[in-house]
Amino acid sequence: MRLAFSLLGIVVATLLTVAMLFTPGWVRPPIISTQTGYRGTGQEQLISAQNKRILEAANALPAPIDKASPSGERATSAYKNVKVLTDLSTDEFNRLMVAITQWVSPDQGCAYCHTDDLADDGIYTKIVARRMIAMTRDINKEWTSHVGDVGVTCYTCHRGQPVPKNVWYENPGARHAGGMAAHNYGFGHPSTSNGTTALPVDPFTPHLLGDDNIRVVGKTALPTTQGASIQQTEQSYALMMHMSQALGVNCTFCHNSRAFLDWSQSAPQRTAAWNGLQMMREVNAVYLETLKSLYPANRLGPLGDSPKANCGTCHQGVSKPLYGQSLLKDFPELGGKAAR
Amino acid sequence: MALLSFERKYRVRGGTLIGGDLFDFWVGPFYVGFFGVTTIILSALGTALIIWGAAMGPTWNIWQINIAPPDLKYGLALAPLKEGGLWQIITFCATGAFISWALRQVEICRKLGMNYHVPIAFGFAIFAYVSLVVIRPLLLGAWGFGFPYGIISHLDWVSNTGYQYLHFHYNPAHMIAVSFFFATCFALSLHGALVLSATNPGKGEAVKTPEHEDTFFRDSIGYSIGTLGIHRLGLFLAVSSAFWSAVCMIISGPFWTRGWPEWWNWWLNLPVWR
Repeated sequence: MRLAFSLLGIVVATLLTVAMLFTPGWVRPPIISTQTGYRGTGQEQLISAQNKRILEAANALPAPIDKASPSGERATSAYKNVKVLTDLSTDEFNRLMVAITQWVSPDQGCAYCHTDDLADDGIYTKIVARRMIAMTRDINKEWTSHVGDVGVTCYTCHRGQPVPKNVWYENPGARHAGGMAAHNYGFGHPSTSNGTTALPVDPFTPHLLGDDNIRVVGKTALPTTQGASIQQTEQSYALMMHMSQALGVNCTFCHNSRAFLDWSQSAPQRTAAWNGLQMMREVNAVYLETLKSLYPANRLGPLGDSPKANCGTCHQGVSKPLYGQSLLKDFPELGGKAAR
Repeated sequence: MALLSFERKYRVRGGTLIGGDLFDFWVGPFYVGFFGVTTIILSALGTALIIWGAAMGPTWNIWQINIAPPDLKYGLALAPLKEGGLWQIITFCATGAFISWALRQVEICRKLGMNYHVPIAFGFAIFAYVSLVVIRPLLLGAWGFGFPYGIISHLDWVSNTGYQYLHFHYNPAHMIAVSFFFATCFALSLHGALVLSATNPGKGEAVKTPEHEDTFFRDSIGYSIGTLGIHRLGLFLAVSSAFWSAVCMIISGPFWTRGWPEWWNWWLNLPVWR
């Protein structure tokens, strides 16, 4: 009996060790590093050469489409029911439609949004697409504090998928018992939204839809007020975990960890990230959540909310989406500052 | 310091690794040897360079003096003296001094006909230091990955380097190392307390024997590791602490670049409950 237990123990330990040693994610040198702070402060970004090649391949730009003339017949006179792209020529308009098909619904084609009558608003995806075009143009014009001159296009998020790979829904957490065990605030359920930690499962609803305070660190050496609660703090940390994973960077990309809260010791990227958070709140509240009534049930979250965006929707594991390549400069139709 | 009469018996010639009889002498209580000479030269030079670096730096505040490694752009090349070159020379001096000290211990062991447990144990501490400032920088391709020499500055480095992996406490080798450090403290305090309790009985009581010590642990936990065994255990625990702390740093960067929480996906993905 003792022998049987010993053998069982050895087998289990061996299996677990194999699982640990061969878990995906291990890398090997050469490692490509970037220094972002003064020497010796440990502010560095690391990626293996192999993983960088994989990411670069995944972030290649789609096939180019010939430029269209902005002059000539106007789209509004050639087509009926044009509501957002009112400033384009017919050529530009057609080119953008071709591009959107390539970027968003390459397999489904035009019929993903259009019926035989191109002016018909009968399919919900057409109304969503119209809203998304307005959003893209708004981001490129009003949010240069985050997207700079690089800007965004449909491809930044969609990458050939009708629904972008990284979207989020309000997450009520796992089912839980009643009474004293009624609520654990979503702790202890590792998922992609909290970087597979025990942190809360939904940092997005309070921070990327609502505007809960993210900066929870005390400003004085000793506490002078109540300060942020454990729940608020863990929500902030979960959001930070998400940002790190979404951008493929570590905490030192923005922060000097000796004083996380101090802007004067932080990298300039923290300002871009702050603007990005403000942008996300507007995008989610104004453009995405309001589409809720249009979607069929299979597109909605467990609480009946629409799919929403977070940092990973655009960034997809890279600190500058598509490695900073600007698709927008080839598509002035989507209205960035550089273009117009 | 006076030479005690019985010390003559142990102060024997020979056993040196290098230098023959040349450095085979004592200064006061200290054996010198070739490696005693290199230890003193390298540690004096290294310390002098740290003081020189501090003199060139902005402060004499003992907490804030900082001798930083080079920028990553210098890779594995030598850097200008004031831009990390000093750190490189100091690192060479420190590594040389530590290894000299271990080899001096080897010579003393040979003189006394003892085994090499002490230099081997000390070697694990050297390995932990060398893995931080030599092995890991070599694997990552830049001396700039070493930690800076300064009281506060090296703590800032520890903090940021930990946050490079989002949450360093999820590093499995770090977990093992920390557990061994705690276990070392626990074992040493139990051992010290046990010996002192046996040798300091109540007034009028005779000093107790190792049999009493063994019986204490047999009575309390059913097993005593014994008088020799406790030292084997102590050596194992202490050496393991140093070994696993070296491992936890060597794998962070060269072999794992993402957050350590992600490593635990192997657990979440076990076929039993995936």
